[in-house]
Amino acid sequence: MTDQTAQTIPQEAQFGDYFALLKPRVMSLVVFTALVGLLVAPGTVHPYIAFVSILCIAVGAGASGALNMWWDADIDAVMRRTKRRPIPSGRVAPDEALGIGLALSGFSVILLGLAANWLAAAILAFTIFFYAVIYSMWLKRSTPQNIVIGGAAGAFPPLLGWACATGAVSLEAWLMFALIFMWTPPHFWALALFVKTDYGDAGIPMLTETHGRRATRNHILAYTLLLVPVSLGLALTSIGGPVYLATALVLNVLFLKGAWAIWRRSEEVAEADSYRTEKQVFKLSLTYLFLHFGALLAEAALRPWGLGGW
Amino acid sequence: MAIRVEHELHERRRGRNLGMLGVLLALVAIVFGLTVVKVTNLDNIAQFERFDHAPRPLLDPEVQEAMRAATGAPAAAAEETGQ
Repeated sequence: MTDQTAQTIPQEAQFGDYFALLKPRVMSLVVFTALVGLLVAPGTVHPYIAFVSILCIAVGAGASGALNMWWDADIDAVMRRTKRRPIPSGRVAPDEALGIGLALSGFSVILLGLAANWLAAAILAFTIFFYAVIYSMWLKRSTPQNIVIGGAAGAFPPLLGWACATGAVSLEAWLMFALIFMWTPPHFWALALFVKTDYGDAGIPMLTETHGRRATRNHILAYTLLLVPVSLGLALTSIGGPVYLATALVLNVLFLKGAWAIWRRSEEVAEADSYRTEKQVFKLSLTYLFLHFGALLAEAALRPWGLGGW
Repeated sequence: MAIRVEHELHERRRGRNLGMLGVLLALVAIVFGLTVVKVTNLDNIAQFERFDHAPRPLLDPEVQEAMRAATGAPAAAAEETGQ
C-alpha cells in the first residue's frame, strides 16, 4: 500500500466522534437547567428516577444535535467553526448520524416515559422535533429571527425537569422557559456583533448581515427589556424568594446597562476598542443565566431550613 | 489454524466496539435499576402481581376503588369474586 492510497482511506470513526455528534457542550447547559427545573419543583422525586430522567433529557438533546449535524452537514463543511465536525471531516457518514439521532431520540423518549411520566416524554419528543425540524430544517435557513424562535428548543429543559417531577407544567415552569427564551437573542446577538462569522458564505440569514449591525443593537436592547419582567416575575412565584429577587435585581441592572451601552455605540466606536462592551455583555449573559438558575436552586436548598421562598 | 482470527478491522474498531459495549451494559444497568426502584416503591407490593404473566386489573387500586363505589363491596372481596 502506498502513502497515496493510505491517504484516500477515510479516517476510521472512533467512539469519541459519535459522541461529538451529540454536542456535549450544549448538553451541559441542558443538564444544568433541567436539573434545576426538577429540583425546584414541588414534591419529591426518587434520586434514581431523577438521575435517569436527566440522563434521558441529555440524551434527547444530544439526539437532536446529531439530527442537526446530519441536516446541516453541507453548511458545516463551509464554515470554519464547524468544518471539523465528524460529518464534514468525513469521519462519520451522514446516514450514521441520522441513524444515531433517530435511535437515541426513540430510546430517550420511551425511557423518560417509563422512568418519569408520559407528559415529560411528550415534551421531550416535541423538543427534539422542534430543534431538528422547526429550527434546523425550516427556520435556520429562512429567517434572521431563526435564533429567536429556535431558542425555544434550548428553553424547554427546565420545563422538562419540572414535568418529570410533577407530571404537569405550571406558571413557574413556563417562566423558567420564558427566561431562557428571552435571554437567547441578546446573548447570541452580542456574540454575533464581535465574532466574524461566515454564516453569509453558508447562506444562513443572520440579523447582523440581513438587517445590519445597527438593527442588531436595537434588537439586543428590545429583547433585554422584555427579559427583565420575566426574570423579576419569576421572583414572585412559589419558587422565587429573597435570594433570587436580590440576584435577579443586580443581574438585570447590569444586563440592562450593558444592553443600553451596546445600543448607544456606533460601529466605529465598537471597532476602535475591539468590541470591548459587546464582549463584556456576552460574558455577562453567561453569568446572568447561570446565576439565575443557581439562585432558584439556592432557594430550593434553603427551603428545608425555613429560609428559602417567601 | 488459529481458532481466533484477528482481522485488522477489529483492531481499528476496537475503541468504538468497546464504547458500544459500555453503552449497552449501561442501558441494561439503567433499566434494571429502574425496575428495582419502581417495584420497591409501589404502595402495596402486591400490586406488582398486576403485571405477573397475566394482567390482573382487579389488583389495580383504581379498579378496586371503582368497584367499591359501584357495589359497596370491600376491595379484597371484589378481588376474590373476580378470581
